Amino acid sequence: MSDVSSASLRRPSMAKACWQLFLAESKLLIRRPMDVFNPLLFGFLVTLMFPLGLGPDPATLAKLAPGLVWIIALLSCLLATDQLFREDFDDGSLALWLLSPQPMYFLVMTRVFVHWLASGFIITLVSPILAIMLNIPMQAIPALFLSILIGSVSLIFIGAIGAALTVGLKNSSILLTLIILPLYVPVLIFGAAGVQAATMDMAAGSYLAILAAFMFLAVSLAPLAIYGGLKINLDAG
Amino acid sequence: MKSLVQFFFKLGSPNWFYKVSSYLVPVFALLSIGLMSWGLVAGLLYAPMDFKQGNSYRIIYIHVPSSFIALSCYYMMALLAAVYLIWRTKMAAIVLRSCAVIGAAMTFIALVTGAIWGKPTWGTWWVWDARVTSMLVLFFIYMGIFALSKAYEREELGSKAAAILALVGTVNIPIIYWSVDWWFALHQGATLKLTEKSAMDSAMLFPLLVMIAATYCLYVLLILLHSRAEIIRSEQRKQWVKDLVK
Amino acid sequence: MTTSSKALLTIQNLSCERGFRQLFQQLNFELFAGEVIRIAGPNGAGKSTLLNVLAGISSDFDGDILYQNQPIKDVSYEYRENLCYLGHAKAVKTPLTPRENLQWFCSMYPTRSDTSIDAVLEQVGLMYFKDQICAQLSAGQKQRVALARLIISAAKIWILDEPFTAIDQSGVQQFETLIAEFAQDGGAVLVTTHHALNITGNYRCLDLGDYL
Repeated sequence: MSDVSSASLRRPSMAKACWQLFLAESKLLIRRPMDVFNPLLFGFLVTLMFPLGLGPDPATLAKLAPGLVWIIALLSCLLATDQLFREDFDDGSLALWLLSPQPMYFLVMTRVFVHWLASGFIITLVSPILAIMLNIPMQAIPALFLSILIGSVSLIFIGAIGAALTVGLKNSSILLTLIILPLYVPVLIFGAAGVQAATMDMAAGSYLAILAAFMFLAVSLAPLAIYGGLKINLDAG
Repeated sequence: MKSLVQFFFKLGSPNWFYKVSSYLVPVFALLSIGLMSWGLVAGLLYAPMDFKQGNSYRIIYIHVPSSFIALSCYYMMALLAAVYLIWRTKMAAIVLRSCAVIGAAMTFIALVTGAIWGKPTWGTWWVWDARVTSMLVLFFIYMGIFALSKAYEREELGSKAAAILALVGTVNIPIIYWSVDWWFALHQGATLKLTEKSAMDSAMLFPLLVMIAATYCLYVLLILLHSRAEIIRSEQRKQWVKDLVK
Repeated sequence: MTTSSKALLTIQNLSCERGFRQLFQQLNFELFAGEVIRIAGPNGAGKSTLLNVLAGISSDFDGDILYQNQPIKDVSYEYRENLCYLGHAKAVKTPLTPRENLQWFCSMYPTRSDTSIDAVLEQVGLMYFKDQICAQLSAGQKQRVALARLIISAAKIWILDEPFTAIDQSGVQQFETLIAEFAQDGGAVLVTTHHALNITGNYRCLDLGDYL
């Protein structure tokens, strides 16, 4: 071993840190695909419940479908978010990356983005299927797909705030729901309204623009709160 | 300027806050009792009857002040949250937790009185109108902050988490209010013009203003009392509290 | 801070309480390059809390912590670069292989450019397991992954919280040698263990029981 103080260093750049985090998290997901399937399975099960509760009448379902699909997407995102930081917290790797000399803002952003790929994005991919099962008019499918694609980013980033604030707590899922669902209100309103407009052959562009504004707001501000929440829980653990 | 800074610095110390507030409590107690009895008597007995709603409108003397405070309490909480996260002032955290409890209570009163008012006027207990919906969302946000502040074993961590959530809410609440208004405008079928009141008679308005002032005093009183109880609880091992109990 | 010393880490009047429990009070000590300090003390004296505070995980304390005579808050970046923390949980991702775990670490922390991941894995005896996912490794082998992280890191200070749990006798010896070598080369180590370290050289014990 050479002298510690004079050994030449490899200093990883921020971009490399984010990229490697991205790779590592992606590998984790690929090696444990059940984590990805669970929220999907949940989505399909809830979709099954609606016709059973509301009756199979296609017209009724078609009328309610925009809101229903959005609520299913929202709940699936919430469900997926609960476990977001849990494992990193338990196995100690959260401490490892929160103590690293890297800008936390971007690491957190990368980490949550990977989570979105595995949850929000996958839910977006199947949302047209759920919508068709609920008999949504075909012309609304593109608007539905785009609105959930954009909206789910906000949902995941906002949800991550709750996940970060409750990661060290036992039985946190009810608390997480209480914290997060009120914050989901604007996204749900504009997402569902956009799809509703599309079912009536109206342009959904303005709704998507507002959803995109929410998305940028959530992506840029949420990592600060997430970092704060994670630090609190590390301190508690 | 320096004395002002010192004042705030002192205010941050639980011990000092406890001493100062023991003078403020009677003042605000008297103010709120006095103003409230005046406002209630004037509003319930002497204000004229509304020609459309009859006597049922009189619930506004409770409903309106509590809705005011439900929202303004949040501003105060957001401010305290920022103060706490930036300067780590212990008192800010204690008052913040009091704000969450009292804000939730005020929101609850506003919701319940609104429902009671709604029955005779709209014929139903609950209407998904923009204000009611926003108020309900606000109630859940208060409850979330309160629950989070109690969820941690270590008090200061609970306070930090609650402060972060309060700040997240500060960004979110205007958006929630705006989108709920927009949502209501979109879905509004029959117009409920009731909330848009015709110019109020001054004999009706004056007791309302008195009641708003009274409720603000009550609010300050409740915050002080709750914070004082919290101070004693969290500082129970400190010498000055032990001296106090003797 | 008028007192300037050559110490890597200076702890001044450090006190901690958790809930209504008072942990150590008025703790003063210095950690120099080349030194190993074992933190001892009865249960509940705050050994882990002290390490958490020093590692920057917990910011809830009274007193000052100086890194090369500057408060750690002011030199947070340098401090993080020169610190390697190994906690109770070993931060080994079980679905990843030892190699991938190290890659992940190397992408975040400054590392010694004269040491490659493969060489380090060989040094800790994981050469044959480097491409096997950590879920299939034993607890002791996972611990070795964490060890490999220490070796490849370019940190000047190691903070180790109970590092010897789950490793066998020979592993403990190897770890002790590693710590001693690191100190000889100018590193500094803060460590909590149940039993005394078998290390010669610049090694002392700090009993938190004296500061309650």
